[in-house]
Amino acid sequence: MTTDIGKFKHDSPMSGTLRMERMPHIWCPGCGIGSEVNAFAEAIKRSGIDPKKLVVVSGIGCTGRVAGYVDFDSIHTTHGRAIPVATGIKLANPELTVVVFSGEGDLTGIGGNHLIHAARRNMDLVVICNNNFTYGMTGGQVTPTTPHSAIASTTPYGNYEYPFSLPFLVDAAGATYIARWTSMDVRNVTQSIEEALAHKGFSFIEIISPCTTLYLRRNRLGDGVDMLQHYQENTVLKHGCDTRETAIDFQGKIVIGKFVDKVKPTYLEAVDQCCVKLVGDDYQLYGKTIPEREAEEKAEKEKVAARRAAVLAEQTEANE
Amino acid sequence: MFFNNLKQLHGKVYINETWCKGCGFCVQFCPTNVLDISSDYNAKGYHPPYAKNPEKCHDCQYCQIICPEFSIFVTRDDENERGVTEK
Repeated sequence: MTTDIGKFKHDSPMSGTLRMERMPHIWCPGCGIGSEVNAFAEAIKRSGIDPKKLVVVSGIGCTGRVAGYVDFDSIHTTHGRAIPVATGIKLANPELTVVVFSGEGDLTGIGGNHLIHAARRNMDLVVICNNNFTYGMTGGQVTPTTPHSAIASTTPYGNYEYPFSLPFLVDAAGATYIARWTSMDVRNVTQSIEEALAHKGFSFIEIISPCTTLYLRRNRLGDGVDMLQHYQENTVLKHGCDTRETAIDFQGKIVIGKFVDKVKPTYLEAVDQCCVKLVGDDYQLYGKTIPEREAEEKAEKEKVAARRAAVLAEQTEANE
Repeated sequence: MFFNNLKQLHGKVYINETWCKGCGFCVQFCPTNVLDISSDYNAKGYHPPYAKNPEKCHDCQYCQIICPEFSIFVTRDDENERGVTEK
């Protein structure tokens, strides 16, 4: 039983998007983050985005390690501050596509304030939130999304707090693209990330994933396969569902799907509108007039569409 | 079952036993039960999967995308590349 690892790394379809020299990774057996990273890499490949114009930002935690494993420009920030750093990157260079890949403890617990304000401003970010109901790296403490009555290391007799429903939270704060999937639905996650990358405005994708070592073990829910089977049986697909109905009960039904997809001026567009009103047509942002920027954006969009079409054509040709 | 004269595609599974942590996702969720958990151990002490029914693989690549260790990939079988039509 031996595998030629060098050959495997070279042949693997993930080798262009993931840093294969850093594998094997630190995630536990049965953890869903690896599947999500796979889906993310696949989505990047299919979306036709220029990898040189993509930045992946992560916070701290198990999911925070994603930034170290993807082969794009990436930054591993301090705890909870992934979104402020991403906002800064986006404002410094609006041409970049900025993806925040972090956990729910990082994004909604430590950095909850940043999440709601980025959603309120409609910053042009893609936020992928891995929700495993626990702080995995620090020993299984209770997070803002741990379901009521679930056991965590800080609530050994059951959680008495009431959890966040993340789609409802970001919808109320003003996000323009909201979806929720489980780590079982990797194909849908791929499609959703692809849509979010093309979407202009704050896109939030929540991915529910099992934490075998802490959440599942403390709650006696079996291992990763058991939890994925639970997801298979207990998820309800409801596209366009009212986000008020998306709360998660302990081992209850999970509503998945694309809940919100709307168009609203982004933060940069709102800045432009306000300043054009004040200064007039001479107003320049980052040394470019608005028609110049629009032309550039259009050219970039056409390039992306061409690359995407090439990928799709390759696939259909292979399928014929 | 064939649609018109199209034959089903075939794939070949490549497994990297060294990285495998034995989570069993690929074995459990393979739609055609190609994979099974082997009785051998790898260096970490996990049971990696092996292709039990390799001829059943239809190149859906679900094991490739769900593998959290990035240690499976599927390529289309050369013999049936482009889905040879039935004569």
